[in-house]
Amino acid sequence: MAAETIPPGAGVKDPFIGDDTLRPAFFEWLCRMGDNALILGHRTSEWCGHGPVLEEDIALANTALDLIGHTQMWLGLAGEVEGKGRSADDLAYLRDAMKFRNVLLVELPKGDMAVTIMREFLFDACHHLLLSWLADNAKSPRVAEIAAKALKEVSYHLDRASDIVVRLGDGTAESHDRMQAALDLLWPYAGELFAGDEVDSALQDAGIAPDLTTLRDNWDERVRDILDEATLKIPDTGGYTHLGGKQGRHTEHLGFLLAEMQFLQRAYPGASW
Amino acid sequence: MYAQLVKSDGLKSREEMSPEERAFQDRVDNGEKIEPKEWMPEGYRKTLIRQIGQHAHSEIVGQLPEGNWITRAPTLERKAILLAKVQDEAGHGLYLYSAAETLGVSRDELQEKLHSGKMKYSSIFNYPTLNWADIGAVGWLVDGAAIMNQVPLQRTSYGPYSRAMIRICKEESFHQRQGYAIMMKMASGTPEQKEMAQDALNRFWYPSLMMFGPSDKDSVHSAQSMAWKIKMNTNDELRQKFVNETVPQAEYLGLNVPDDKLAWNEDKQGYDFSEPDWNEFFEVIKGNGPCNRERLNARVKAWDEGAWFRDGLNAYAEKAADRRKAAPVAAE
Repeated sequence: MAAETIPPGAGVKDPFIGDDTLRPAFFEWLCRMGDNALILGHRTSEWCGHGPVLEEDIALANTALDLIGHTQMWLGLAGEVEGKGRSADDLAYLRDAMKFRNVLLVELPKGDMAVTIMREFLFDACHHLLLSWLADNAKSPRVAEIAAKALKEVSYHLDRASDIVVRLGDGTAESHDRMQAALDLLWPYAGELFAGDEVDSALQDAGIAPDLTTLRDNWDERVRDILDEATLKIPDTGGYTHLGGKQGRHTEHLGFLLAEMQFLQRAYPGASW
Repeated sequence: MYAQLVKSDGLKSREEMSPEERAFQDRVDNGEKIEPKEWMPEGYRKTLIRQIGQHAHSEIVGQLPEGNWITRAPTLERKAILLAKVQDEAGHGLYLYSAAETLGVSRDELQEKLHSGKMKYSSIFNYPTLNWADIGAVGWLVDGAAIMNQVPLQRTSYGPYSRAMIRICKEESFHQRQGYAIMMKMASGTPEQKEMAQDALNRFWYPSLMMFGPSDKDSVHSAQSMAWKIKMNTNDELRQKFVNETVPQAEYLGLNVPDDKLAWNEDKQGYDFSEPDWNEFFEVIKGNGPCNRERLNARVKAWDEGAWFRDGLNAYAEKAADRRKAAPVAAE
């Protein structure tokens, strides 16, 4: 499959592309960025035509569309960094679950609108901080450029998700209970966004990615403010966090998602679409 | 088009009209636009509500057969394009419900009528999308047939409807091209892809012809709607135009239109072609199409399961308004 879009900054000289020492970690990290966008975009797109109100249907399709756009950019760059000629499509459609690097949070089934919106909020609050840091500070110009482009859209996603979390949390008794149940379900998965490993350390040392502890502190503050306003309580999980997605150990849900998403590419290898 | 068999009263002659009706008809005949707060015959208003409402419902239900392939789109680019397209359809629904609202009917009322089966949507959306080429065929044929009808409706007499159509037509012609682009890729692809493309054309050809409605000689509601300029061409005229434009496109793709009787007629400068099976059409309209139940159930389910969401937002809005009232000077 040939890459069909030219990623932003493709003409810019980036010293990290072709850096053999950093290559494996940089590739892993870019797959994490791309896979989070891809899998969350896929889950969000499942709502298309089934939303609770027309405006919401349109907004969800828009969000999914933005995320698929981010996927094309991150996985496109991942393929370049890897240097084996794989395109964004090759990475999206021809890897099996254990090669996917998204956090578990984004692959959980879409659930009801409470789960969908709460997940988007928890993820976007992190995504927004991360992209802001990358756009301003990442020493890789290609990464900074993609982040700057994605940030414009994610700022809107975060505003919208935060607003709905507050409204539904402080709406009716039922909407409150559903939002609380969604928060209880998802909270133990949120910590993985900030659980660093050697890949994160290598990227932080290279000046490409931020310190996740600082990111977490900022995230905590922002998330707590909104949840407070929404009259929702953060569950006491004793600090327990589900981990593994970033290293390729997933839930049972991802395999089914990929079976559906990759069907045509798998059934008709080599065809052009 | 997306509105079929829209009921209207029989055509009134000039002598039967009241002075107001005569003045109204003169304005329509002069090509003036009728705007929401102006006087209009009750029959005009009711027919427009039925027609615009049915069109809006078709856009919304029409998301489903295409949405069926969003999660299976074969590349990231195709997925993005399809998402954008289906989202456009939802947007069309929104403009059209808004146009209908100017006639004094709310979106909720119209949707309730859709859900209870009192209002219809285009029969085409009761057919399934079974392979990826169907997404191409829907854009090429279904949007193509819709455009045939909607382009003249840009000149329709009712202002809000006409303006909605102008926006919608721009997007629909883009949709049609994206559908044809998928067909080109499939028809020039592997033998399996070409087989999918042919299969899609075989299944969507006659249902697309049905989109124009039954033959004019059997269409009892056309005359009054045409006099009011809320229908601009006869069903047969548009169907002929569609066939004339589409057959060369199928030939270019190297696909066969599934009609043995298809032949160029030099005298009429158009193709002769077989009529679709009108019994099938009426069965689908009655609810017996392959996907009628699934489509309507999907919409009803989305609405019912979304009730708590809508109620939650409304409750918050009321609380927020009360809080503003309780603290009028707080913001100063």
